[in-house]
Amino acid sequence: MHAAVLVFPGSNCDRDLATAFEAAGAKVTMVWHKEQGLPAGVDIVGVPGGFSYGDYLRCGAIAANSPICGALKAHAERGGYALGICNGFQVLTETRLLPGALRRNANLKYICKTVPLVVGTADSAFTHGYAKDQVIDIPIAHHDGNYYADDATLARLLDQDRIAFTYADNPNGSVADIAGVLSENRRVLGMMPHPERAADPAHGGTDGKQMFAGLMDQLATA
Amino acid sequence: MKARVHVMLKNGVLDPQGEAVKHALGALGFDGVEGVRQGKVIELDLAEGTTEQTVTEMCEKLLANTVIESYTVEIA
Repeated sequence: MHAAVLVFPGSNCDRDLATAFEAAGAKVTMVWHKEQGLPAGVDIVGVPGGFSYGDYLRCGAIAANSPICGALKAHAERGGYALGICNGFQVLTETRLLPGALRRNANLKYICKTVPLVVGTADSAFTHGYAKDQVIDIPIAHHDGNYYADDATLARLLDQDRIAFTYADNPNGSVADIAGVLSENRRVLGMMPHPERAADPAHGGTDGKQMFAGLMDQLATA
Repeated sequence: MKARVHVMLKNGVLDPQGEAVKHALGALGFDGVEGVRQGKVIELDLAEGTTEQTVTEMCEKLLANTVIESYTVEIA
């Protein structure tokens, strides 16, 4: 599996994400936002957490219009995989690769703590290593993680089994407790919690490790 | 020429910042504030002849996230 991790000015989880991919056995290439294209043979694009472009205008909005995101969109539209975490999820909604948007947390506070997540579906390369309804502990660290989708979109997400994770105890006001959603082809996942921060015993938890191991299982080239 | 773009959260999308401002106004003793919505104003300096339609495209592509925000364009 060859993973590309995008790096924007203000990304700060890019190396954590690269480390999690590498620990699962992937080859990782870091890709600067000004690049026009992805390296040849990339299986999955990681869009990391952080504060791309200082969160100016809206979280993820400037990054979504950067040169590399044109390549990211083309990759996803060809059926390529992508994983957006935290700010990366915001970028994926801004590119419209995923539906909905992330608003300011309902309590207006930046929240940084480990929270229990409920696995909404095991039917994806990202989540097949978990069981549906399994509860896993993953850290969150965000100010704008309050997921919004209108009723029609929400109904479609439910109907198509595209809610990857929900919060067991909703910390931020997200509609339907949503913490992460899949694209219609189930190959793009965006989530506010940080699985890459729970992927090594030294992190204090390893519940995120299975996501990277699971991706490796499914995307390892024959 | 100048254009001014107002971006607001759509009606029906909860605005927690507006709610917090409303509570703060109440705490200061301002009675009768029944609702507060917070948005942003973006002022653009534009080459003469730029059309309103171009500014609308800017809003659709970048200045507003039309999933949750609505916008209005004023050409000055």
